[in-house]
Amino acid sequence: METQTFAPATFSGDGLACRRGGRLVFTQLAFRLGSGDAVVLRGPNGSGKTTLLRLMAGLSRISAGKMAWNGVEIEDFEAHGANLRFIGHLDAVKPALTVAENLNFWRDLWGSPSGDAKQAATKLGLGHLVDFPARLLSAGQRHRLALARLVVAPAPLWLLDEPGNALDDASLNALAAIIADHRNRGGMVVIASHGSTVVERGAVLDVGAFTPAFKNVQETHWSEAV
Amino acid sequence: MSVFAAVLKRDLALALRQSADSFTVLAFFAIAVVLFPLGVGPESNTLAKIAGGVLWVSALLAALLSLDRLFTVDFEDGTLDQLVLSGEPLVFVVLAKTAAHWLTTGLPLILLSPVLALTLHLPGEGYGALLAALSLGTPTVSLIGAVGAALVLGSRRGGVLLSFLVLPLYVPILIFGTLSVEGAILGVSVKATLSLLGAMASFAVILAPWAAAAALRQATE
Amino acid sequence: MHRFANPTAFMRIANAIFPWAAGLATVLFVIGLPVALVTSPPDYQQGDSVRLFYVHVPSAWISMLVYGSLALSSAAFLIWRHPMASVSARAIAPVGAIFTALALVTGALWGRPMWGAYWVWDARLTSELLLLFIYLGYIAIADAFEDPERGDKAAAVLGVVGSVNLPIIHFSVEWWNTLHQPSIIKMDGFTVDGSILLPLFLMLGAFTCYAVAIWILRLRSELLAVKLRNARMSEVNLASAAAE
Repeated sequence: METQTFAPATFSGDGLACRRGGRLVFTQLAFRLGSGDAVVLRGPNGSGKTTLLRLMAGLSRISAGKMAWNGVEIEDFEAHGANLRFIGHLDAVKPALTVAENLNFWRDLWGSPSGDAKQAATKLGLGHLVDFPARLLSAGQRHRLALARLVVAPAPLWLLDEPGNALDDASLNALAAIIADHRNRGGMVVIASHGSTVVERGAVLDVGAFTPAFKNVQETHWSEAV
Repeated sequence: MSVFAAVLKRDLALALRQSADSFTVLAFFAIAVVLFPLGVGPESNTLAKIAGGVLWVSALLAALLSLDRLFTVDFEDGTLDQLVLSGEPLVFVVLAKTAAHWLTTGLPLILLSPVLALTLHLPGEGYGALLAALSLGTPTVSLIGAVGAALVLGSRRGGVLLSFLVLPLYVPILIFGTLSVEGAILGVSVKATLSLLGAMASFAVILAPWAAAAALRQATE
Repeated sequence: MHRFANPTAFMRIANAIFPWAAGLATVLFVIGLPVALVTSPPDYQQGDSVRLFYVHVPSAWISMLVYGSLALSSAAFLIWRHPMASVSARAIAPVGAIFTALALVTGALWGRPMWGAYWVWDARLTSELLLLFIYLGYIAIADAFEDPERGDKAAAVLGVVGSVNLPIIHFSVEWWNTLHQPSIIKMDGFTVDGSILLPLFLMLGAFTCYAVAIWILRLRSELLAVKLRNARMSEVNLASAAAE
């Protein structure tokens, strides 16, 4: 694959708060990434690592604060989707399609004609399986197929939620390699991980530090004014 | 528009590979229609009188059966999150999935309906109107159904709730669809009822995808 | 967060209206019920069954009025994300459903002496029946999710979709009805005599005030339910904070 480099970009957030199911998950959270940067999200269960990633992707709604791409406040979150690739807990793999067909769909969806399914699969150690239906893959292989999405349809920002789960050592190395490669080309990575980390020289953002004190929950909920 | 093409192509490929799903819908349509003569008796005048209504009601129920899965699979395996992040308006995704739904269920239902109409002794004058009315009405069925299917994603009651929400909204399609068939049999001009079905389809194609997209975004939020 | 998010102002107005609505409803019922049910003359054709109209017409009116406000609340919620709009919609939906059911029951009771059957596929009754289904669907979806916020949003979309569809449903049912039953049976097929207007307007006023009063009462209890949920949530937070 041609080494595509990304135009210099920044992605930042300021004063972010998010509420899930009536609970204020975090508040006054800020972050900033430039080209080649990586941020590792840390924090105990329920501190909002996944929530923050979904917020960065524009899937969840911000309760307060704002995010900016290249210094411009993001208002159209539908268009923001083109800047990023999101890997969540679910693999989004279609068992009835072959590995290559799965990857070609993502390539077509994000309109990146240069993407090559075979090469992407090979990078994640699935090269020999491209023509097999994904139904035959193991859980770890399916997860690698999900990760191959990152390669087949490049985007400057990667949002990875526990990408090391279900991966063996060889696959972890492959993941570390594509992340390093992505950063070398000017890409940005945000990674939620409480286990082994696959990024070098990454900044650490402790999401748990932004959990509001109990008192804040009382003060900020609208119905408390009744 | 690459989003529309990609999603449509993938959904059609999936439907082709899992063609048993579409076949089940058709089989349901057939068995539902067959139950009516067994219930009301084989007297051909009675059957001819209710044929249009029976075919329409059965087609609506069959379509409803398949709508339950329209977004559920993508929602449960995480694909929906990715589709929301396509970078293009979600409306295109809804339109593509609805188009695929119509091609894999609505269209086969239309093609099967004349055969089933034979078993109900539908008078010869009714066939043209039946096909025209189904062709104009079933896209609206898929579009309104898409809104309902998106709304119930992740709910505790899923399929049953979907039927309950969507069936009252299908009443105008049922009425004008059946009236078209009846009118043709009586020799009355069916232009008006067919035009109304067409008008509802164009109305639905403009509004329904927005409502469905809003509901999908709620489901992934 | 929201400029209007604070329900205090909203409830201050609602609480100020409540005694007036409740009081006016009482007064209008006290005057209107005897007039409608006793002193007004029986209809020359329908006899005493015309009195059912003094319940039927206001119920049908409230059923539509409530759907209108439900649709407006839903739209307001979707556009401005004003949480009070969804609380209001949740509070009023069952009121609408019950008045719709009341309109159907009184319509059926009226139908027995007039048409000789409890149920006749009259266009208005049929539309009213479909409206009841739409109300029930709304109530069902608002309550179908573990996360009540999701229920609010889904119900709001359905409320707006329903408001677009209801006129089309009504129109199609009218069309269907005229083709199948050439205008022999019509619920509004009696001449409006001056003597029925006074009791009808008294009852319309009474029902409207009553509906407003009930809505405010239900609004209070919905808010209490939200408050209770938050209190439980705080308790969980407090307990987990203590455990750490």
